[in-house]
Amino acid sequence: MKPAPFTYHRARDVAGAVSLLTELGEDAKYIAGGQSLVAMMNFRLARPAHLVDLGGLRGELAYIRDDGGVLRLGALTTHHQVENAPLGPGFAVLRDAMGWIGHLPIRTRGTVGGSLAHGEATAEWCLLAVLLGAEVVVQGTAGVRRVPAEELFLSFFTTALEPEEMIVEVVFPRPAPHAALTEFAQRRGDYAIVAAAVDLEAERVVLGGVAPVPLRVPEAEAVLARGGTFAECAAAAAAAIDPPADGSGGADYRRALTRTLLVRACEAAMRR
Amino acid sequence: MTEKLLISLTVNGERHDDLVVESRHTLVDVLRHRLGLTGTHAGCEHGVCGACTVLLDGAPARACLIFAAQAEGQEIRTVESLAGGGEMNDLQRAFSAHHALQCGFCTPGFLMLAEGFLTERPDATRAEIRELVSASLCRCTGYQTIVDAIEDCARGRRREVGEVR
Ligand SMILES: Cc1cc2nc3c(=O)[nH]c(=O)nc-3n(C[C@H](O)[C@H](O)[C@H](O)COP(=O)(O)OP(=O)(O)OC[C@H]3O[C@@H](n4cnc5c(N)ncnc54)[C@H](O)[C@@H]3O)c2cc1C
Ligand code: FES
Ligand code: FES
Repeated sequence: MKPAPFTYHRARDVAGAVSLLTELGEDAKYIAGGQSLVAMMNFRLARPAHLVDLGGLRGELAYIRDDGGVLRLGALTTHHQVENAPLGPGFAVLRDAMGWIGHLPIRTRGTVGGSLAHGEATAEWCLLAVLLGAEVVVQGTAGVRRVPAEELFLSFFTTALEPEEMIVEVVFPRPAPHAALTEFAQRRGDYAIVAAAVDLEAERVVLGGVAPVPLRVPEAEAVLARGGTFAECAAAAAAAIDPPADGSGGADYRRALTRTLLVRACEAAMRR
Repeated sequence: MTEKLLISLTVNGERHDDLVVESRHTLVDVLRHRLGLTGTHAGCEHGVCGACTVLLDGAPARACLIFAAQAEGQEIRTVESLAGGGEMNDLQRAFSAHHALQCGFCTPGFLMLAEGFLTERPDATRAEIRELVSASLCRCTGYQTIVDAIEDCARGRRREVGEVR
């Protein structure tokens, strides 16, 4: 199918883009890599009346900066840029997770900011942002605010962003040398049925595919905090969740995947 | 309201000025219907099959997930750019030699995928090539021969570079 008609605008700078989106109202959307939005528009699942193309801001907003243990990613940084970045051991978990996102031609276009704004609950960037306690820097009409990743995701594809707010940067405040993400999908490159991520130092466990948003599991984190085994941690997670059942798997299946994947993630994190 | 835009695209080294397109036209549609470059195929139009893969500034990308207007200012390469002077290039010859195509619908996408990938990773291992080809769907070959062809082409290119050194 073909997308419904819309009016195309080019952003020249961040402030201008935010003003334009405010002016155009709720029928307007930003487009970054287009790897989620264009697919939805081709199927007419989305029919914005206006698109504001952020492509022209790549010079300004596509960057990877490691300021001594704090990693800053510009919103327009692509998955593939991160995949190729010379990140030290503190942030290698980000680089290594990129291979799970779709395929090479998706990763050369899709962006960090677009993934977070799209807010798919199994999206790797959403899980990683919650796992590493990232802050999402957002520009709106009233200025800049910083949203903790844990407060960004409200429900299925629903974030705490106002329609005109633009993600400009993601800040990862601490290195995570012993963290890992792993997942399972029927076909390579598909969104995961279940994804599991762990940071052993911060004692954080985050799951995707078991709730409408990336889910922290305090019961499993408590097992890590008291020095329990990885198997106990995974069992606690599987017992704590109430996963949905849909075409790609029932609740019991997702619990079983959680148990297996979380052990794998813990082992991978420890091996680093 | 159907908005018309005046854009210019650089495709296979040639600049096309004064292209009148609708803002909602994707790159694959403009390549095929306005520029007559029908080598780039349209399959699923939602990023899954890879038939529409082209190179944008050297990197493989889905032409069905890019509005033509977004591609202004970038170097676009399609499958038509591979052959020169009526001769297939080494990658195309490897596909032919290894029977890496049957109906051929997926082939332009696989060729551009591999062309972009090998430029970035000339030393790619077979495992990496297997991983790579998961990006495109082929209903005919079963993929093994495609992996063989890409691996063989990569080996040939490495040999050539070695000889020059
Ligand atoms: C076949 C296929 C497989 C995929 N598999 C995966 C996968 O396994 N895991 C995964 O995570 N993703 C996957 N994706 C999606 C891909 O990662 C997208 O790149 C990502 O979801 C969105 O990024 P984008 O830059 O393309 O955003 P767009 O598609 O351009 O935009 C998505 C949404 O975010 C908004 N937006 C974009 N940028 C900003 C910003 N800076 N501020 C505010 N709002 C913004 C847009 O208005 C839109 O609503 C897949 C896509 C395809 C086609
Ligand atoms: S037509 Fe573009 S990926 Fe299928
Ligand atoms: S050769 Fe027919 S789909 Fe690949």
